[in-house]
Amino acid sequence: MEKFTMVEAIVAPLDRPNVDTDAIIPKQFLKSIKRSGFGPNLFDEWRYLDVGEPGQDNSKRPLNEDFVLNQPRYQGARILLARENFGCGSSREHAPWALEDFGIKVIIAPSFADIFYNNCFKNGILPIVLNEKTVDDLFTAVEQNPGYKLIVNLPDQVITTPDATTINFDVDSFRKHSLLQGLDDIGLTLQHVNDIRAYEQRSCKLTPWLFKDMQCK
Amino acid sequence: MAGKTLYDKLWDSHVVRQEEDGTTLIYIDRHLVHEVTSPQAFEGLRLAGRSLWRPAANLATPDHNVPTTEREKGIVDPVSRIQVETLDHNCVDFGITEFGMDDPRQGIVHVIGPEQGATLPGMTVVCGDSHTSTHGAFAALAMGIGTSEVEHVLATQCLIQKKAKNMRVTVDGALSAGVTAKDVILAIIEKIGTAGGTGHTIEFAGSAIRGLTMEGRMTLCNMAIEAGARAGLVAVDEQTIEYVRGRPYSPAESHLPQAEAYWRGLKSDADASFDSEVLLRAEDIRPQVSWGTSPEMVVSIDDAVPDPQQESDPVKREGMINALNYMGLEAGMAITDIQLDKIFIGSCTNSRIEDIRAAAAIVRGHKVAGTISQAMVVPGSGLVKKQAEEEGLDTVFIDAGFEWRDPGCSMCLAMNADRLEEGERCASTSNRNFEGRQGRGGRTHLVSPVLAAAAAIAGHFIDPNRLEN
Ligand code: SF4
Repeated sequence: MEKFTMVEAIVAPLDRPNVDTDAIIPKQFLKSIKRSGFGPNLFDEWRYLDVGEPGQDNSKRPLNEDFVLNQPRYQGARILLARENFGCGSSREHAPWALEDFGIKVIIAPSFADIFYNNCFKNGILPIVLNEKTVDDLFTAVEQNPGYKLIVNLPDQVITTPDATTINFDVDSFRKHSLLQGLDDIGLTLQHVNDIRAYEQRSCKLTPWLFKDMQCK
Repeated sequence: MAGKTLYDKLWDSHVVRQEEDGTTLIYIDRHLVHEVTSPQAFEGLRLAGRSLWRPAANLATPDHNVPTTEREKGIVDPVSRIQVETLDHNCVDFGITEFGMDDPRQGIVHVIGPEQGATLPGMTVVCGDSHTSTHGAFAALAMGIGTSEVEHVLATQCLIQKKAKNMRVTVDGALSAGVTAKDVILAIIEKIGTAGGTGHTIEFAGSAIRGLTMEGRMTLCNMAIEAGARAGLVAVDEQTIEYVRGRPYSPAESHLPQAEAYWRGLKSDADASFDSEVLLRAEDIRPQVSWGTSPEMVVSIDDAVPDPQQESDPVKREGMINALNYMGLEAGMAITDIQLDKIFIGSCTNSRIEDIRAAAAIVRGHKVAGTISQAMVVPGSGLVKKQAEEEGLDTVFIDAGFEWRDPGCSMCLAMNADRLEEGERCASTSNRNFEGRQGRGGRTHLVSPVLAAAAAIAGHFIDPNRLEN
């Protein structure tokens, strides 16, 4: 995974609550057995006027000019501003894969669905929770100022607006560390092989019916 | 010291190690695998040259993409076929037991886990699917995970997590006739909202919950995720133990006494405290129908479609207006005036034998209304289908004009050929009514199997008690 440090980018506002993972990447694209290439189908049903199917040449499809990511002023956006409960619904990791493939590095919202929130970190995307008032103000600022950019500084956990206002945000220290270092969770966990084996031996005595395949000492 | 909640107990008994900041490695007893969220995980293992930690802890079945008719012809859509075949190959390569498409035990992963006894009380159960919360009905800590986590579990048998908060939803009293577990969970979601349980594990408690069958409890926990909670739980009682006994993956006779004694402890202590509590009275719950594009947009069968102008929160109002536009509904219209095009009885929420029996009891002796273009029943597993056929329920449906299908996810998410066309309206026993969920432009109303069956006969929503004989 790529290391995450600082992002300075255009902010695209997606002004609807409860954006679900079906909307982020519709199910017909889940049939892929690959991890990449989902970006062109991000928000497919909102972004295009026709029906999206896997294997199409997306550059030839009719665009919905009203959709935020299609508007000229938001081209090159790397930061997505969203409303409450972003990423609800199916656990599909194709949703962060699509966002990441499209180029989104940061998502700011008043709340996220748990599984999606978790999936973001595993794919180099930083989800930031800010209170509703701050998010509201950001929506207003973005809409009023074409070319509005934010600077997101993960090491210091601070967002800087164009008028140099700073907004602090919280992030779990373990997840921050993994994002900054681009670490692979599996590699980290496998450093604790002995702990896992010790757990299995303990549980094997307590709940032997769950360890029928193992030798309990 | 205050007592422990059921969630505390399940969590504590699975901690492998814990960091100072609360980041915890928890052990996973059972991993269920399906074709959509696993290919990239197996690919990741191959690329890193990693093997499985414990093959026997995994159980796989294809469900999302499988056809539910003419299965002997195989999967027509080449992309779906590759995905299902990829699962077959991965299971062979990595030594995982799989109930393949032609296995009589194949079915929706959340139906077959409990059916096989592969889900047991006190376990941690994960699957790359958000409705894994279903298995919480057995007092198992069960949750959906993403593909990176699927890979992590395959390689380490563990997950990296932080503990969630405790929430208890208590439903006391007796449910009225025709009110099912589905109505209970829809009423709960309506009350707390789709983000109401975010960051929490919800324990469902109270006399009305105790009174539900295991199937009903699975329906309830299945939709905990629609209330924002990654996991739902119901404490163990005699019914739980009765259900689990004698299934293929259940404990051997020799372990049973020890297992049952352990299971009986799987409930919250009387003095346990919860971070939040919600109370509902069973008597207040009527049959529920969703009217919008989020599972919290729900009213009772005797209500009208709500008016966005009555909503004071502007973001919510906007959401309601969008939903009504998408659904093609007018504020103030009676729910019973909503005419339907299709009926779908199935999905991991409502495709177990009890659901099929309940729907059949309504359908028996009636015909599907002429205005309904398609009505289908998709059993949750091959074994549910077989059981229903032994009881003659297939004939009840077929005689009435329903299609009787092979097991799979089917029109719950329309990844196979079963889907709604633009503008079509469906009474569905599934769990999500998001835009496009059952097909682009399709309009979904979430209901219980009883209501779906009644709607099939009337052509519109109707209180089953009002259906003429
Ligand atoms: S039935 Fe529907 S909700 Fe359940 S696992 Fe299948 S697609 Fe998901």
